[in-house]
Amino acid sequence: MSLPSKVLFIDLSRRTFRVENREDLFERYLGGTGVATCLLLENCPENADPLGPDNPIIFAVGPLTGLFPLASKTVAMFKSPHTGNLGESHAGGRSAVAIRSAGYGAIVIKGSSKTPVYLAVHGTDVRFRDASGIWGIVTSVTVGRVVRELESGAGVRTIMRIAGAGENLVSYACVTTETYRHFGRLGLGAVFGSKKLKALVVSGHESIKVERKKRYREVYNEIYKAAVESPLMKKYHDIGTASNVLPLNALKGLPIMNLKMATFPDVEEISGEKLVEGYLGRRVACTHCPVACVHIAALREPYEREPYFYKTSMISYDYEPIYSLGAMLGIFKIEGFLKLMDVVEAMGLDAMSVGVVLAWATEAFERGLIGEKETLGLEFEWGEHKTYVRAVELISRPPNEFYEALAKGVEYASSQYGGEDFALSFGSNEMPGYHTGPTCYVGYLTSSRHSHLDSAGYSLDQEMLAAETPLDPNKTAEKLLDEEAWRQILSSLIVCFFSRRIYDKRVVLKALDVNGINLNSEDLDRIGLEILRNKFKFKLREGFDPKNLRVPHRILETETPLGLIDEAYLKKSVQRFFTLLQGDKDIHN
Amino acid sequence: MIYISFIYMSRLAVFDVERCVGCQLCMFACNRRFGSGGLAKSAIWVRSAGGFERGFVVIVCRACPDPPCMKVCPTDALRLRKGGGVILDVSKCIGCKLCFDTCPVKGVFWDDESNKPNICTHCGYCIDYCPYDILRMSEVRVK
Repeated sequence: MSLPSKVLFIDLSRRTFRVENREDLFERYLGGTGVATCLLLENCPENADPLGPDNPIIFAVGPLTGLFPLASKTVAMFKSPHTGNLGESHAGGRSAVAIRSAGYGAIVIKGSSKTPVYLAVHGTDVRFRDASGIWGIVTSVTVGRVVRELESGAGVRTIMRIAGAGENLVSYACVTTETYRHFGRLGLGAVFGSKKLKALVVSGHESIKVERKKRYREVYNEIYKAAVESPLMKKYHDIGTASNVLPLNALKGLPIMNLKMATFPDVEEISGEKLVEGYLGRRVACTHCPVACVHIAALREPYEREPYFYKTSMISYDYEPIYSLGAMLGIFKIEGFLKLMDVVEAMGLDAMSVGVVLAWATEAFERGLIGEKETLGLEFEWGEHKTYVRAVELISRPPNEFYEALAKGVEYASSQYGGEDFALSFGSNEMPGYHTGPTCYVGYLTSSRHSHLDSAGYSLDQEMLAAETPLDPNKTAEKLLDEEAWRQILSSLIVCFFSRRIYDKRVVLKALDVNGINLNSEDLDRIGLEILRNKFKFKLREGFDPKNLRVPHRILETETPLGLIDEAYLKKSVQRFFTLLQGDKDIHN
Repeated sequence: MIYISFIYMSRLAVFDVERCVGCQLCMFACNRRFGSGGLAKSAIWVRSAGGFERGFVVIVCRACPDPPCMKVCPTDALRLRKGGGVILDVSKCIGCKLCFDTCPVKGVFWDDESNKPNICTHCGYCIDYCPYDILRMSEVRVK
């Protein structure tokens, strides 16, 4: 069996490192999420301060990394400074293959440095580099440019780094890798910042052994063919995830202006189609992904004081930022959206969270809950992208209590200033861009990352709409649990969720078999559920209580494609989910 | 009647690098010829042109008719390939890296595990795995 079983432990406090072989974990839980959850349970002491030295940062890859197409992602796990509980975030770029080529299945970073450092891991060579000269560089692109010149490994390295928001401990600061990919959700950037860790570079030149070489090529060809011929993959390549904008608007399931409504005619102006036609400058791919879903707009702007002189900015976009920084803020002009996107990228913030935070602030300003005294003179108004650009800069380096509150997310801000009813977060994490019906909300409430897309409720809602027969709340819970359990397998292998229709059980088993990992379909079901239970073991240990989940009233007021949401349905379904999750065994043990 | 016949050899070439998305599937394909995963044994290289925002550089052996790498090899481990480029005799190679340092386009790559160069054989295996039609075989007249 060939598994990426070496774990590199780095202690930033003592500036030491060691390698442990953890075949036990990789054999039992494959890799990725499964292994990272165990490492989190082992290495994060109970009630650890998310921004203290005890909180570990864990990166993990899996048995398919470096071997098969679309196995392009790395899992990061940590205790989230945003929610005070389980932190998990996935990113692609070159990160996954770089970590495995360096010889590792996982990297665990503990402790905290007194002075700014960045880490350079080139295979077995692990260096603590002084970063005092680059601490304070506020834009992620510049940090990348500097580190790129300092380190080797062009083409096979990942450069994960934080920008201003991470340094200033904004609780939803992200870690950016390869300019346009992010460990976006739940505040890994702030954890980096709290450890004075500016960047992590990883590269390596190890080949990955395969037991059944001929079979490997056969299975590879099957997956490759499926990937390049799949219509879903074509959709993600041609227009990208932004192709979801128009269908969701037509469905009346796209949150607009803090979810005061769920459809709006002007949304057409910020559609994926319009972006591709007028602005697409380049598509790029993560390592080992033939799809190239990453869409980058070229925004050409004149310099105000110099005639015939222009700058062209290359700005990456996706469906979720179009929702959060466009539709949610009433910005229906592409240039305005791109300028806001650009500053969010530069400062290193989770684009989804910051958009929802600004949407709440705008409504709170409208209602007089906050005024210019708090906003330092900014007049929040739907569609005014210049105001939002300035606000993002202020959130990234908060000058007063109000911006400090915004830098902690919408749950905290509304607890200080009111407006909880329209503060759109679940489990303290700001909601994603789907208002498709009750199921997506049951998903936000129950899934281990809450407002992320781990159980695909939006998809179930749309199935219900097509079938014209609503699921009962118990059935909804069962389906969501099945989907989330299965996704634990995908994120342990670890493959991109966009390829979930290619990596069905049959293909997963074949791909594992190439390297002597002999499992069957029931094994996958069992392992998936076990991983999910392990996550909730951590969540419960850290104080998660399903009874305390808050349902913002706004989601009940705005009609979904399936009509108004009934709160009783949500409660029943959520309760059923946790009963099922506990199963025969009590997850407290 | 006089028949004129020419002999052609193929070499790998890069067409329209602007279409490259940086997926590196070509690199994985090259490596897979040896039955392993990862990128350690690849004789084709894709890196960004200074950040993903600037696009990509695809480096392949140019199949020089008079290869500089061959000229600096102290053990004659590299001999001229018909149609340009070189063929490596692994048993003669002492891993001195002079070929790697000499190639002006950096088209000789290094395998740290075996401490030998990765030399492109212009087999074209990578072409079938480029989804964006950037790699092709190009004919070179040799006679």
